[in-house]
Amino acid sequence: MRIGVLALQGAVTEHIDAVTRCGARAVPVKTTAELHEVDGLIIPGGESTTIGRLMVEYGLDQVIKEKAADGLPVFGTCAGLILLAEEIAGHEQPHLRLMKVRAVRNSFGRQRESFETDLSVPVLGERPFRAVFIRAPHIDSVGAGVEVLARVGDRIVFARQGHLMASAFHPELVDDLRIHKLFLEMCSA
Amino acid sequence: MVEQGTFRVKKGLAEMLKGGVIMDVTTPEQAVIAEKAGAVAVMALERVPADIRAAGGVARMADPKVIEEIMEAVTIPVMAKVRIGHFAEAQILEALGVDYIDESEVLTPADEMYHINKDAFKVPFVCGARNLGEALRRIAEGAAMIRTKGEPGTGNVVEAVRHMRTMMTEIRRVVNAPEDELATIAKEMGAPYELVLQVKKAGRLPVVNFSAGGIATPADAALMMQLGADGIFVGSGIFKSENPEARARAVVRATTHFNDPEVLAEVSRGLGEPMAGLDVTTLKEEERMQLRGW
Repeated sequence: MRIGVLALQGAVTEHIDAVTRCGARAVPVKTTAELHEVDGLIIPGGESTTIGRLMVEYGLDQVIKEKAADGLPVFGTCAGLILLAEEIAGHEQPHLRLMKVRAVRNSFGRQRESFETDLSVPVLGERPFRAVFIRAPHIDSVGAGVEVLARVGDRIVFARQGHLMASAFHPELVDDLRIHKLFLEMCSA
Repeated sequence: MVEQGTFRVKKGLAEMLKGGVIMDVTTPEQAVIAEKAGAVAVMALERVPADIRAAGGVARMADPKVIEEIMEAVTIPVMAKVRIGHFAEAQILEALGVDYIDESEVLTPADEMYHINKDAFKVPFVCGARNLGEALRRIAEGAAMIRTKGEPGTGNVVEAVRHMRTMMTEIRRVVNAPEDELATIAKEMGAPYELVLQVKKAGRLPVVNFSAGGIATPADAALMMQLGADGIFVGSGIFKSENPEARARAVVRATTHFNDPEVLAEVSRGLGEPMAGLDVTTLKEEERMQLRGW
């Protein structure tokens, strides 16, 4: 199994390391040709405006949409969540509109307010997940078929819609591999 | 338990900026141009380094009004500079809510003995370094991101190259040395032993390392990325050039596709005049910003 990590900008190597530690193969993806050779795609954290613009400039957005419609599993973290959302509250920026969720950018504040916390994620079992939120978004509404996987207070920060998954936090910045393993299971299903 | 300002959270933002370009801006309009061109962050300043050089006198933290206007204009992270050792300026920037503080040699140092104790802040710091020892001293003080210094405001990449090559050579030396030589290497470099050991184990700096100080063209950006930079700071290079918009976009694309000469050829075409450059060897010692910091 080959997992692609969209490598336009952001925390690419951290995701590649995490997937590799799970025992799967991870490759950086910068071109449409490389997109055709992967069994799953991770859109990493970074600046969503930057990644979004570059994605459109290189025509990657169309191919990701087509592949996702054909069932390619996609997992977005932080900026990746914003890019996967159907709607971004208050912002016009290029994005994929794949998941029926509405994303709110920088919803916990600026970097000063960024934080880490023990998050309860029932789908992973009882042990909490150490979640790192960096200028993080959240999901303020979800459509039919979207499963909420975790919340901070009343804000949705982790959700899944069939073969698509998005987290507002960064599983690639901690040693706990459970979320990457969950995504790999989705890719082999 | 919710924890803010942990080292992981501070270092994490720099990790999200990797592979990107951070641009110096002096007005909200410039900040919007930078954001539209694909910058991952902007550095809010009153003057770009080339103008600081030209103006002379004491260069200080920018007016909070300028910084706030820039913060309102864009959604990408906003950084701002404080003088080396000037922790009160840093307290002001933290109160304003800037996303990263640059304790920078571009401004006139406030303390010629001590840098800021950066662990005392929730907002992360980026600091300049010319070699591994200097980088590790800054990290020991709490810096969550490093940039090699180069020579700011010159549009001349030669010092940026020198510092990146020095950094990489010294990292390789640490990685290849047997553990029983590390204490002596740490002493020679003036770096904490524990951090030298971390470099050996990880094979790289413990934090993200961008390149700064003299990058003026897409080719310069690609050169620094190929030499091992995690990303690029462009100071005067964008808004002191003939066509800032086109140049900003080109530098962003060159940074993403730093190892694809065809993309580099395409984006380098027809950008107009770059900023005027300075021969670094003509600078007097007191004009060399890179010598500030200890």
